[in-house]
Amino acid sequence: MIFSEEWLKEWIDPKIGADALMDRLTMAGLEADGISAVANDFTGIIVGEVLSVQPHSDAKKLQVCSVSDGDNVYQVVCGAPNVRVGMKSPFAKTGAEIIVPKSNKPLKIEATKIRGIESNGMLCSAEELGLEEKSDGLLELPKFFSLGEDIRKLLKLDDISMELDLTPNRGDCLGIRGLAREIAVLTRQDYKEPSVSKITQQHSNELPIKITAKDQCPRYLGRIIKNIDLNAASPLWMQERLRRSGLRSIDPIVDVTNYVLMELGQPMHAFDYSKLAGGIEVRMAQDNEKLLLLDGKEVNLDPNILVIADHEKAVAMAGVMGGMETAVSAKTKDVFLECAFFSPLAIAGKARTFGMHTDASHRYERGVDYKLQKTAIDRATELLLDIVGGEAGPITEAVGNLPETVSVSLTYAKVNSVLGIDMPSEEVRDILLRLGFSVADESDDGMRVIVPSYRFDISIEADLIEELARIFGYDKIPKTSGLMRQSLDFKPEGEVPIRRMCDLLVDLGYQEVVTYSFVDPGHLRLLTKSPDAQVINLQNPISEEMSVMRSSLLPGLVSAYQYNANRQQERLRLFESGLVFSQKGEVVVQTAKLSGLISGERYPKNWNNNSKLNDFYDIKGDIEMLLDLRRLKSSVKFLDAEHPSMHPGQCAKITDSECNEIGHIGALDPFISQELGLGESIFLFELTLSELQKGSIPRAKLLSKYPEVTRDLAFVIDDSVVSADILENVRLNAGDCLVDLRIFDVYQGDAIEKGKKSIALGLTWQDPSRTLSDEEVNTIISSCVKALQEQFNAKLRN
Amino acid sequence: MAEIDPVLAQALQEINDAGDEASLDSLRVKYLGKKGSFTELLKSLGKLEPEKRPAAGESINIAKRKLQEAIEIRKKSLLRASLDEKLQAEKIDVTLPGRGQNKGGLHPISITIDRITDIFSSSGYEVAVGPEIEDEYHNFEALNIPAHHPARAMHDTFYVRPGTVLRTHTSPVQVRVMEGGSPPFKMICPGRVYRCDSDLTHTPMFHQVEGLLVDERVTFADLKGTVEDFLHAFFEEEMPVRFRPSYFPFTEPSAEADMGCVSCSGKGCRICSHTGWLEVMGCGMVHPHVLELSGVDTSKYNGFAFGVGVERLAMLRYDVSDLRTYFENDIRFLKQFN
Repeated sequence: MIFSEEWLKEWIDPKIGADALMDRLTMAGLEADGISAVANDFTGIIVGEVLSVQPHSDAKKLQVCSVSDGDNVYQVVCGAPNVRVGMKSPFAKTGAEIIVPKSNKPLKIEATKIRGIESNGMLCSAEELGLEEKSDGLLELPKFFSLGEDIRKLLKLDDISMELDLTPNRGDCLGIRGLAREIAVLTRQDYKEPSVSKITQQHSNELPIKITAKDQCPRYLGRIIKNIDLNAASPLWMQERLRRSGLRSIDPIVDVTNYVLMELGQPMHAFDYSKLAGGIEVRMAQDNEKLLLLDGKEVNLDPNILVIADHEKAVAMAGVMGGMETAVSAKTKDVFLECAFFSPLAIAGKARTFGMHTDASHRYERGVDYKLQKTAIDRATELLLDIVGGEAGPITEAVGNLPETVSVSLTYAKVNSVLGIDMPSEEVRDILLRLGFSVADESDDGMRVIVPSYRFDISIEADLIEELARIFGYDKIPKTSGLMRQSLDFKPEGEVPIRRMCDLLVDLGYQEVVTYSFVDPGHLRLLTKSPDAQVINLQNPISEEMSVMRSSLLPGLVSAYQYNANRQQERLRLFESGLVFSQKGEVVVQTAKLSGLISGERYPKNWNNNSKLNDFYDIKGDIEMLLDLRRLKSSVKFLDAEHPSMHPGQCAKITDSECNEIGHIGALDPFISQELGLGESIFLFELTLSELQKGSIPRAKLLSKYPEVTRDLAFVIDDSVVSADILENVRLNAGDCLVDLRIFDVYQGDAIEKGKKSIALGLTWQDPSRTLSDEEVNTIISSCVKALQEQFNAKLRN
Repeated sequence: MAEIDPVLAQALQEINDAGDEASLDSLRVKYLGKKGSFTELLKSLGKLEPEKRPAAGESINIAKRKLQEAIEIRKKSLLRASLDEKLQAEKIDVTLPGRGQNKGGLHPISITIDRITDIFSSSGYEVAVGPEIEDEYHNFEALNIPAHHPARAMHDTFYVRPGTVLRTHTSPVQVRVMEGGSPPFKMICPGRVYRCDSDLTHTPMFHQVEGLLVDERVTFADLKGTVEDFLHAFFEEEMPVRFRPSYFPFTEPSAEADMGCVSCSGKGCRICSHTGWLEVMGCGMVHPHVLELSGVDTSKYNGFAFGVGVERLAMLRYDVSDLRTYFENDIRFLKQFN
C-alpha cells in the first residue's frame, strides 16, 4: 500500500516526522517498506502563461515564445510540440534550479542563446519536474492557477509517498481512512473524516437490484448518474494524489472510483447504464458462463464464481473486474455506480484461479467495512458530479445476509498469562476502545467486546490479546528464559546417528553436497531406469530440468560431479543424504538414503603417490568402515548384483543377516559414462539410512588367558569361486575356537594355472579355558582342507 | 710388583683412544684377559710380604673395575657414534606433506542445521523429521490456512497432484508430532522445504528449522527470551533483537524478530538495506485452533512456535553472498567450510 503523506494529513496529522511515523507503524505490525519523494528536488519554478508563439528562424522544431510570470514577459525558446498561446505551464526562470532527467544532475537555468535566439528560462514538462517517467510535452496547468506562484507550493510537491507492506489480516488499513484510524490509536489522538456534502437527488430513475447469492453478497448499492460529460479531465490534485498512491490517471470515472478505493478502502465499479438490460442480479455464475473482462480476457465461469448480471448475462466478475461490454466509454452518457460488500469467502482465491489480482479483489478477499457503502457511494457521487457534471439519482440498496456482529470475550488473567505481563484492566479497556471495539458486557474478570465492522481478523480471545500486545508494544514485553520443564533425553545407543556416519565419510575425505530434490527426467531415466509409473512428476515445475522428484540420490551426485569436472576438479569424493521419492500404486514412498561418488585417483595428487586410480575395493573399504559403525559387520554380505546405474561386473548388493537390502555399491555403468561424457574410474554407493542405523550395544566377553594358535593355508582354486564362499566354508569347519580368519593374499600369474587363483588364508584359534594342542589344530586344518577340496576342488599349495 | 697406577693410566688412555669394538676387545684381553697385565699383577701378589697383600689386592681389583667400566662406557659411546652415523644417513625432509586422504567436509547448510540443533538440544528440544511430499491438510488446513486463504498465495506451492504438495514449510512435522503424542512438546524440525519461486534471492528448494514448545503456562515473554537467546548463542554475539507484530495464520499473536545487523553492528549497510536490522525469524504463540486441530487441550496447554531460514542464517554467519552457490556444489566453494 502506497500513499501520500499530504493526503494522510488531511485526515490526521501524526505530529511526528515521516521516519518516526514509519517506525511506529512498523512496530505496530504495519511494516514500512520505504519513503520516496513525489517530485524532483527543483527550486524557482513558477506558473507561467504563454502569450505568443513564433516559429524559430533557424530551427524547425523550436518555437520562440513570450511567457508571462504576471509581472514581466520573457522570451523563451521552446521545443515542446504542445506549446500554444494561452496555456499555463511550469516556468523555470533564470536562476531556477532543475534536475536534468536521466542524468539526475542539478542544472541552474541561465539566459542563453539557442540557435542564435535569446532564451530567458525554460517551460517544463511533467518529466522535468519528476512527476512522470516520460512526457512528450509541457505540463498544462489549470487556468485558475495564479501567475508567478511557486509550483512546489501549488502542487504540494514537498510531499512524500510512503509504502507499507501490509500482512493479509490488515485489510482495514488498505485506505487512508483505515491508516488514519490506526495512527490515531498509536498517537493517542482523533482523526477527522472529511465531510461529504449531501447529494441532491436530481432524478428518480432506479435500476432494480436483486441479490440471489445472499451469503456472498450481503449488501449492494447502486445509483444512476445521468448526462455526464466525459470530455472533462480529472483535476490535477486528484491525478497527483492517485499518482502518489501508485495509480495512473485514466479518465474521470476510473479516477474517482480509484480515489474512493484509496481513500476509504471501498472498491467500486461503474457500468455504462445504457448497456445494462433490465436490472442487476447478484448471483453465482452458471456452468460455462462466459464473460469478456475489461482487460480483454475472456473467462469461463463456474458456479463457484460470484457475478454481477443484468437480466441477460453476467456483466462483471464480482469484486474482481468488470466486463468489457458494459464498460464506460467516451460515448457514455449515463453511468450506473456500484458500491457493494462481497463477503471475503466469496472472493478469496477467485482472482488467483484465473491468474488475476486486482486492487478490488485484494481488498475484498481481506475484508471491506460492510457499513461503509453508503458513505462511499455518496463520496464518489460528489467527486464525480464536480468533474463530469450530470444528475444523481436515488441510491438503490439491496441487502443479502449481512454479517452478524461479532463479539469476543476476554479475561484479564488470560491476557497476562499469555503475554507474561501485568496489564491493568483499565489499560485493556482503554486500548480496545481506542481500536474501535465497544463493550458489550463487563465483569471484574474480563469483558465481552463487539468487533468493529472493518476488522475481519478478530474472532477469538487470542486475536484480542494480539491487539493488546501490539498497541502496548511488543518491545515492552519482558524476556524470560522459556526453558520450561526439562527432561533427560533418551538416546538409543544401539542406533547409529546419521551425524556419526556423515562425520566418518568426512574423515574419509568425502565432501557433502546438497542437490535439488527435483531432477531432469531424462537424467533420472538414464541413471535409474525407473518405470514412468513410479516417477513422481511436479504439476507446476520451475523448468523441465527440475520437473521430477528424484528416485535416487545418484543423478544429483553425477550432476555435481559433472559441474566440478567441467571446472577441472576431477578427483572427487562426494556424498549426500536425503529423501528419495517413488510412486507405488497410490502410495508415495519417501525413503532416506545416503549415497556417494568417488572419481579419479585414489589419493590426492602428492609427491609420493603412485597416481593409481580408484577401484571397487577403495569404495568398498569406505563402506565397510561405515557398516562397522553398526558393530554388526560380520552379518553383512556383499553379493554379486545388478543395478541400473552400475557396471554389471562390478556391482554388489549389500544385505544384512536377515537378507534386508542395505544398498548397492559399484562402478558407474560405462555406457552411462559414455552417454554423459564423464571421466573414468567413477564408483558409486547408495544405501538405505534406516538399515544403516541399525546397530547394537556392545557386550564384553572375558578375554582368554591361553595362547593363540595361528596357521596359514594357501590353496589353488577356480577363479570363479568367490572369496566369501571360501571363508564361509572354512568357518563352518574351523571349530568354535576360531577367533580370526582373513585373506592375506590373492595371486594369479605365471606360477598358477590359467583360470585358477591362489588364495592364502590366515586362521587363528584360541580356547577360552585351555591351551589348544597341535594335534587338535592339525585335525581342524585337515577337515578344513578336505571340505575345500570336496566343495571347490581346491588344492593345497606347499 | 710393578706399579699399578701407570699401567692403569696407560690402559685408560688406550681404551679412550680405541676406534672400534674390535680394538676395544683386544684391549680387554690385553689388560684383563688370562694373560692380561692385571691378571699378571694379581699373580705377582704372592711376591709381596703377606701383610701388604690384601691392600695391594684391593687396589688391583679397584683398578680392574675401573677398566671394565671404562670399556663399557667406551663401547656405548662407540655404538652411539656408529648409530648416529647411520641415523644421519636416514635423515628425511620433514617439511614434505604427509600421505593419505585429505579431510572432506560437511555442506554449510548441514553445518548450520547441526549448530542450530545443538543449541536447542542442549535445552531439551527433540529433533523431529517428516515427509517432504505432504498432503494439503498437514501443510495448510491443520495450520489454519484454508484453501481460499490469502496466505496461500504467499506460499507458491509445488503440486504433485491435487491435494498433494511439496511441503512449503516444516510446520507440518509439528502437526504430525502433536497428532501422535501428548503434551508437553518441545521440538525442532529441520529440513528441506519447497516454493515455486526462483530468482536472485529465491531458490525453489531451501531449508528451515521450525521450533515448537507446548506446555502449561507458556508466555509470549518466554518466546521472546528463547528467540533472543538462540540468536545470541548462534552468532556468539549479544546483538539487539526486536519483535514486531506480524501475521501468520498459525500463530496469534504473531511476531517477526529482527536482529541488529551483524555486519555493521546496526549502523546501516548494504546487507541490512541500511536499516540496521535484519529480519531473521517469524514466530508467535501457537494459534489455539491449530492446537485444537491436533488434539491438544487448549484449556490446559498453550505454546509458542518459531521458524528460521537456514540459508539466510548461514549467509550471515559465513559471509555467503549468493544464495544459489549453496546448490551448485562447487567443490571449491564447499571446501571453504572444511
